[in-house]
Amino acid sequence: MNKRSRTQIAAFGMFWLAGIVAVLIMAFVVGYIMVKGLPGITPEFFTTSPRGGLSGDGGIYSTIVTTFYMIVVTLAFAAPLGVGAAIYLSEYSGNTDKRIIRKLVSIARFGVETLSGVPSIIFGLFGYALFVTAMHFGFSILSASLAGACLIIPVIIRTTEEALKSVPAGYREGSLALGANRWETTWKVVLPAAFRGISTGILLSAGRIVSETAIFFVTLGGSYRVPHSLMSGGRSMALHVYYLAMETRAFDKAMSTAAVLVALIVVMNLTINVITSKIATKQG
Amino acid sequence: METEVTRMQAEDYSLFYGKFKALNKINIKIPSNRITAFIGPSGCGKSTFLRSFNRMNDLIPSVTTSGTVFLDNRDVAKEDVVELRKKVGMVFQRPNPFPKSIFDNVAYGPRLHGTKNRSDLAVLVERSLRQAAVWDEVKDDLHKSGMSLSGGQQQRLCIARAIAVEPEVILMDEPASALDPVATLKIEELMNELKKNYTIAIVTHNMQQAGRVSDYTAFLLTDENRAGNLIEFGSTKQIFTTPSDSRTEDYISGRFG
Repeated sequence: MNKRSRTQIAAFGMFWLAGIVAVLIMAFVVGYIMVKGLPGITPEFFTTSPRGGLSGDGGIYSTIVTTFYMIVVTLAFAAPLGVGAAIYLSEYSGNTDKRIIRKLVSIARFGVETLSGVPSIIFGLFGYALFVTAMHFGFSILSASLAGACLIIPVIIRTTEEALKSVPAGYREGSLALGANRWETTWKVVLPAAFRGISTGILLSAGRIVSETAIFFVTLGGSYRVPHSLMSGGRSMALHVYYLAMETRAFDKAMSTAAVLVALIVVMNLTINVITSKIATKQG
Repeated sequence: METEVTRMQAEDYSLFYGKFKALNKINIKIPSNRITAFIGPSGCGKSTFLRSFNRMNDLIPSVTTSGTVFLDNRDVAKEDVVELRKKVGMVFQRPNPFPKSIFDNVAYGPRLHGTKNRSDLAVLVERSLRQAAVWDEVKDDLHKSGMSLSGGQQQRLCIARAIAVEPEVILMDEPASALDPVATLKIEELMNELKKNYTIAIVTHNMQQAGRVSDYTAFLLTDENRAGNLIEFGSTKQIFTTPSDSRTEDYISGRFG
């Protein structure tokens, strides 16, 4: 065996090992949570709300409801804004020769890039200062959703813009050459072709809302009661894990909640896979 | 040539990308119901010129023009661009069916322009696919994606899509350059059929193709400033047998390009 093929085998061996180790670490984390958490999961765990106090008694009903509200309200703010901004950046902004608009667009792009790298607690702090305090929304689903929207809008803009960019220019030319205007072309050809990528981006950011903790710590309050309006405070599942682990003796319940959370994330990612593969076969 | 009816015309037409002049004072009359081929080496501006007829160059913000392009003696710059593109259809180099069903691809244009009735659309779709000589191959699969067809079928689908809005002119930008020889031949036969009803302008790199299909040929070449000039325009037979400009002769005989 010559030196080159030995190098090749050694390199592949190392990559293989790195891959195996990475998968094992993930499997260990998930496995550990499941082993510790699953025994505590009973039907009552889902149907009763936490009782509060040091004991950490009760289930996670109200936190499921809060998490669900958070997803819906946050996406209601963030999805139209994010997708709309991405459509402007991708489909319209290149259509001008005006230097001031080009400059503004490049600033907007830079802003989006930067914002998607900002730690979430910064958005939390911003949300606390603006929505909770200055606008008097208090600790509420509204405040938390607005802050959460700030967090995921850059993500949605980026993923949507990527999805739009991956639509071949030939589709646009073909549509415009048939007498469609830019909006008709965007609405009837480009968006359907990019639907798969856009919905993936939106679902991924929904996952971000489910798993986010720091930002809601300072905007959502921590009330373990079932929220009854947008102005109610609440406690998302991820936040509940934090409270259980740090402020009660019920570490087992934290693990059970975490197990539910992990399962939810897995289900969301599977949904993404199903949706995208379905659309892929339909388009193929 | 004097007996021909002019469908499209350019008068002292120049086009600039920013400060760079890409087309220099082009004058040409494109006859109705004929196939006019634009030939010339890469970068001579023939595609850019073709795109002037349906104002596709409007999409590039830095483009400015001088002179005039006419369709039926009307300045295309003053036409409503939607109406203009309805009258001047286009087929592109790479087949670009939408990721929709074959039916929806062909119905796309008519729907845009207001045909909503399902049975009207069905009639229109069938007629267009027949005219584009692809009906027999797809009639049982109208619900299937246009992307599932072969390259040659896709290109004929795109021709059907262009025909469906009932244009007067069809611009073809190297329509066969991405196709195999058999599919190319089908497109060429189709063009010969189509010229009965439409005026066709085609850009091609393939000189044999220009010789085979076109009635008239225009030869473009860049000058010392890299701006495209119309060197010679005449019947294809004359251009290919007795070109009056030595540069045309050099190009035709393969001495450059």
